Amino acid sequence: MEFLRENVLQKQMQKVSLENRSFTIIQDKYGRDIAGACFILQHGGSVKFRDREWIRSDEYRRFSAEVLKFQAVPVEAIDASGCAINYHGLDNLLPLKKLQCLSLQRCPHVDDWCLSRLYLLADSLQELSLAGCPQISERGLACLHHLSNLRRLDISDLPGVEYPGLTQILVEEMLPNCEVVGTDWTQEGPEEQPQDPASPIHAKPAARDLGDPCGVS
Amino acid sequence: MLRRVLQLGLGRSLLIRGLETRSGNSILDWDGKVSEFKKKIQSIMPGEPSNLMCDTKHLPPEHSDVVIVGGGVVGLSVAFWLKKLEKRQGAIRVLVVERDHTYSKASTGLSVGGIRQQFSLPQNVQLSLFSVDFLRNINEYLAVVDGPPLDLQFNPLGYLLLASEKGAAVLETNVKMQRQEGAKISLMSPEQLQKKFPWINTEGVALASYGLENEGWFDPWSLLQGLRRKVQSMGVLFCEGEVTRFITSSNSMRNSDGEEVNLKRIHEVHVKMDNSLEYQPVECAIVVNAAGAWSGQLAELAGIGKGPPGTLEGTKLPVEPRKRFVYLWHCPQGPGLETPLVTDTSGVYFRREGLSNNYVGGRSPTEEEEPDPADLEVDHDFFQNKVWPHLAQRVPAFEALKVHSAWAGYYDYNTFDQNGVVGPHPLVVNMYFASGFSGHGLQHAPGVGRAVAEVLLGGCFQTIDMTPFLFSRFYLEEKVLEQNII
Repeated sequence: MEFLRENVLQKQMQKVSLENRSFTIIQDKYGRDIAGACFILQHGGSVKFRDREWIRSDEYRRFSAEVLKFQAVPVEAIDASGCAINYHGLDNLLPLKKLQCLSLQRCPHVDDWCLSRLYLLADSLQELSLAGCPQISERGLACLHHLSNLRRLDISDLPGVEYPGLTQILVEEMLPNCEVVGTDWTQEGPEEQPQDPASPIHAKPAARDLGDPCGVS
Repeated sequence: MLRRVLQLGLGRSLLIRGLETRSGNSILDWDGKVSEFKKKIQSIMPGEPSNLMCDTKHLPPEHSDVVIVGGGVVGLSVAFWLKKLEKRQGAIRVLVVERDHTYSKASTGLSVGGIRQQFSLPQNVQLSLFSVDFLRNINEYLAVVDGPPLDLQFNPLGYLLLASEKGAAVLETNVKMQRQEGAKISLMSPEQLQKKFPWINTEGVALASYGLENEGWFDPWSLLQGLRRKVQSMGVLFCEGEVTRFITSSNSMRNSDGEEVNLKRIHEVHVKMDNSLEYQPVECAIVVNAAGAWSGQLAELAGIGKGPPGTLEGTKLPVEPRKRFVYLWHCPQGPGLETPLVTDTSGVYFRREGLSNNYVGGRSPTEEEEPDPADLEVDHDFFQNKVWPHLAQRVPAFEALKVHSAWAGYYDYNTFDQNGVVGPHPLVVNMYFASGFSGHGLQHAPGVGRAVAEVLLGGCFQTIDMTPFLFSRFYLEEKVLEQNII
């Protein structure tokens, strides 16, 4: 019986690994941006190429082949909310050197190790959302200091962070040019996140008791 | 039916008597075994006084294929890899002997917990890279059904090594080699350093190397508990006792030059129980010396080093305990959340601990300053005189700090070249070493465990070539010097 359960456990882990392998064939044929886009679309996320509209896959994870036409156009924004991306899956996203907005909200496998790789996007990344990721702790958030161009960071609702208030203060000190959105102190009940067509990062206003808004010096 | 079995056993002994004449003494001790067996059978028979049922649960088993002396992170890692790499499930019986189940003096628990790839030897870099991979996938390697997932509390903030003019060239060469092996290290000039970490005083710093990924620190206790749990689920036996004696036998052979060489085999390990005189002889095929700071003493028990000096027989295992102090202090204006583990040109190192501006650090003393390793008492003057001045010089905010606590732990220090000893002894053919790591044992434990398991099961190192780390280098005087010792 134990053997069966161990087997099931292993199969589950293997499934996540398989889904996160690199799209090298597409990469070689169409370039890294398109490979990254296909990877995200296959996982159920959305992609925005520069000067184009958002592309989403449908509920069966299918997407139109027009993606393959955007060969010289860089990927500007990615919404990977809820996707099962892990450490190895990030291999498909890190080469996107013009990526400006990245949303990893509620990704179940994004942990501190994944955050330690994000320094590769430091030159371009301006907005990052990690809200609701269950495996992130303040130790992973500390790695974000490499992202010197970051202007907006959402670290609300992180169950792995033991002291969210103190962590937010420390992160703000670490990234002086960045607006850090944290957990509301006056947390109202769960509500629908508004779908913003321009940016995927759900802009929840940081209405905090502490008075002044997060410092943008 | 049983009587027939006994007669059969006796009959066989007549044939096996031939083995007795091979080296003068009976290796199998067949007669003794048969009489023991007869006694056991007799005591099971109804009507006989049952003296079989004396309680031996607290004692280790009488036979074990591999006995690992030392239940710290290295010993447990060897046990894990032995069970993972064995060809058939349950093929190898492993016993781990640890004399202190509280691990009060073991180096594992007292360690600062860092892991880095910034070493000067390629093998050390490879070991570190593998170990970090192991730690990242720890819940796949050490998964136990129904057990909660392990949280190693890994801080991926990297190491920052500062070098003065004197050491800059060596640092650059090392970084080049580390990058070739696959580590992600960046080199920074003093200006870049000042910009990135404004709280550093870059005076005297010519070059700095900074680990961007796969470096940082973690909680060694969780690793130890995780290994222990997994290894127990794989069937490894534990025993709380101390090894007091080895029973060996010698065999003389001639080598290719015609010289006579005395090869020894360990047959039994006497494990003495805690707080009693009771001991259990454990018959074994292989002994792994993972006794950390005390591995030198253990090697002497096996007769390693007892011979005329200058010969292979007279070469001791040059591992001795060296005491190192670690201090925890609070500094309200100290460096922020992004602080890596900083190692200064003076040898002082520190890192953050937690969220409340607490820091942990220390310094390796010079040879003249070496404290007496007889106990683990902390010398607070050492901090005042040898650590604080350098800390304050490098990080001006540290001029105002308050020490909250301190502790001491042992390095299993290899006095020869400060690198680990891995692999079998050339003369005591069934003793394998896994110690002498001089301060980087914890971070190399997964890699070393795998290397020892490979050489034990397969006869040679397969994934990482650890041949330069064999014992024979002490006799051949071939140093594999590790320069980046913190």
